[in-house]
Amino acid sequence: MSDLIHKILLPLLYTVIIMLFFQLQAIIFVWLERKVSGRIQDRLGPTRVGGKFGWLQTIADGVKLLLKEDLIPRDADRAMFRVSPYIVLCGAFAAFLVIPFAFQWAAQSMNVAVFFMLAVMSVEVFGVIMAGYASGSKWALFGGMREAAQVVSYEVPMAMNIVPAVMASGTMNLNDAAQMQAGWFWNWMCFHDPFTFFAAIMYLVCATASVKRAPFDLAEAESELVAGFHTEYSGFRWLIFFMAEYASMLAVAWIATLMFWGGWNGPLPVAQWLTKAGITLGTWDGPSFIPNVGGRILGLLNFIAKGYTLIVVMMWVRWTLPRIRIDQVMKTCLKYLLPITCFLLLGAAAWPLFVRTRQGGQIGGFVAAGLLLLIVGKAIVSTPKSAAQGRREIVYK
Amino acid sequence: MTVELQTVLLIGAVMFVCGVVTMATKRNAVGILIGAELVLNASNLNFVAFAYYTSFGIDGQAFALFGIVLPAAEAAIALAIILNFYNNHMTVDVDRANDLKQ
Amino acid sequence: MIQTLINSWPNALFYMMALVTVACAIAVVVTQNIVRAAVWLLFTLTGTAGLFFLLGADFVGATQLLIYVGGTMILVIFGVMLTARGPFVQMKTASGEWTLAAIVGLTLFGLVSGTLISTDWSRTKKSEAAVKAGEGITEANSPTTMQLGLEFLGVPPQNPKISRDPAGIGYLLPFEIVSVHLLVVLIGAAYLARAKRRKATTS
Repeated sequence: MSDLIHKILLPLLYTVIIMLFFQLQAIIFVWLERKVSGRIQDRLGPTRVGGKFGWLQTIADGVKLLLKEDLIPRDADRAMFRVSPYIVLCGAFAAFLVIPFAFQWAAQSMNVAVFFMLAVMSVEVFGVIMAGYASGSKWALFGGMREAAQVVSYEVPMAMNIVPAVMASGTMNLNDAAQMQAGWFWNWMCFHDPFTFFAAIMYLVCATASVKRAPFDLAEAESELVAGFHTEYSGFRWLIFFMAEYASMLAVAWIATLMFWGGWNGPLPVAQWLTKAGITLGTWDGPSFIPNVGGRILGLLNFIAKGYTLIVVMMWVRWTLPRIRIDQVMKTCLKYLLPITCFLLLGAAAWPLFVRTRQGGQIGGFVAAGLLLLIVGKAIVSTPKSAAQGRREIVYK
Repeated sequence: MTVELQTVLLIGAVMFVCGVVTMATKRNAVGILIGAELVLNASNLNFVAFAYYTSFGIDGQAFALFGIVLPAAEAAIALAIILNFYNNHMTVDVDRANDLKQ
Repeated sequence: MIQTLINSWPNALFYMMALVTVACAIAVVVTQNIVRAAVWLLFTLTGTAGLFFLLGADFVGATQLLIYVGGTMILVIFGVMLTARGPFVQMKTASGEWTLAAIVGLTLFGLVSGTLISTDWSRTKKSEAAVKAGEGITEANSPTTMQLGLEFLGVPPQNPKISRDPAGIGYLLPFEIVSVHLLVVLIGAAYLARAKRRKATTS
């Protein structure tokens, strides 16, 4: 009987939960994107459907998309046109198989979890190329080719930026890597040594490019290629592409959270404080804290909050920065990001030879963070106060 | 899993023969490359099967890793050659690649 | 009844994956359209990656997905699309050649499968201790990554039941050679694919 539960019912339950979550977050993200973009552009975003905040706007959008006419262009390769959205969807969905939502709450815990996620998400590229080719229109083909070149190029620095974190944790198992970051925020892997800190930042940049988000969204450049590789897709097929894109955004944000930003362990060890105060959220197994179900739910909420924070950062960057050209995209990857990533890899590998203690590494990490803050602060402070003043300064120099 | 070694090797053999027939029948140069990839994958499957079923151990998987990396490099060079050929002759039909035949 | 279903589920999964792989491999041979052939090859490679995962090689399976499916196949598809213009998408082979290729293929298959089936594989089977030591190899805590890493660093795992080469050298030299090889290939491919003026010749 326990065999029945463990081998048939539990996997089914996990699949259903992940599938529901996968679809639910698409709904939330569409609403979030419209609200965030509205606020950044000094307007309100959707406010009519579903009360003051437009909660049900996405449901209305979904209904609209389902009722649209299903067009397949005359010159399209019909079989490939139909299959390609589902290849992208499968690539994005399978990455959620190994994500631990809280301590030991992963559908399948693998020893090569991070690598598996990166590998499965690289299958999406093929779906995009097929979509571009099978649409039978040259705009779609151009968009598909550009996007394939971009995503495949950025996968290399993205994977190489994970390696410092893997070297620091000693494991690719996402559950163990996140559990090593328990406690205060200085246990987070991003502060493990200065190279991992910069790797955390670089990973976010490469991940944004890899999921085709602005400022790297040539594939769907609305003002240039109509809509890139999904020009000819309408209605439900476009919804699949959209859902897969948001799912991969969430997957890369969660990889960053688990490997660099602490996973479900908060900046403050709240579960441990509450356990000491009397509300039992887990047990102490020597120096390490094993949360029970209550503690795990707290961790789950923390984990989701961190993922969504990174997603909001991605959206913020999208609606702030202009799009960069395809040659600039490739130049950034191959001439700037890749050498910097190799240097970070070298540094992260050599760091334990010189600094033996974890505290030393953390000091290095904080020094690096402080340096970055200094540089960014100086850049912000030295920008002209207004455009007019900037123009005056340029003219009078 | 009670699947035997012979079944897995048989699957590898089918893939291998498919690759060989592809290399023999396709006139498109990229088609021949596709056949070569099938052959190499069949050999990888054999290596991993031996790693799982016999006392070959982890060495089988190490060889399979080499068998993934080296064909990737070979595919890159083969495609560069094919593209050069296409640029010079405007065709990828290998039956037309008879410049050296006098 | 449910117990037999549960017990035979790994086998059923294996046979499904194998069926997909073999069917797509045969489709690569049969199809005339080169773009379709590349797509069928993609599915074959993904099926092979699934078979790797089922055979306990999770690192190799993930590498197959990342490099073969996400790298080599993209390269092949780019090659197909850059050269697939009009008459080159569907190039028909003469039926005489098909017959010859089919005869050769079937002969080869008969030879290989005959050898496979008639070999006595029980002599190479793992010893009982090795089966026990490697029993968890399909479970979540499989140590293949660590063992592979140690082998590539030249320090094969000391357990003689896991590696055939207990006091041996490992694969450090081939690893370094492959690194240099990849560098050479990168430079060579970049040189071969440099932009040149196109000479249009009438053939």
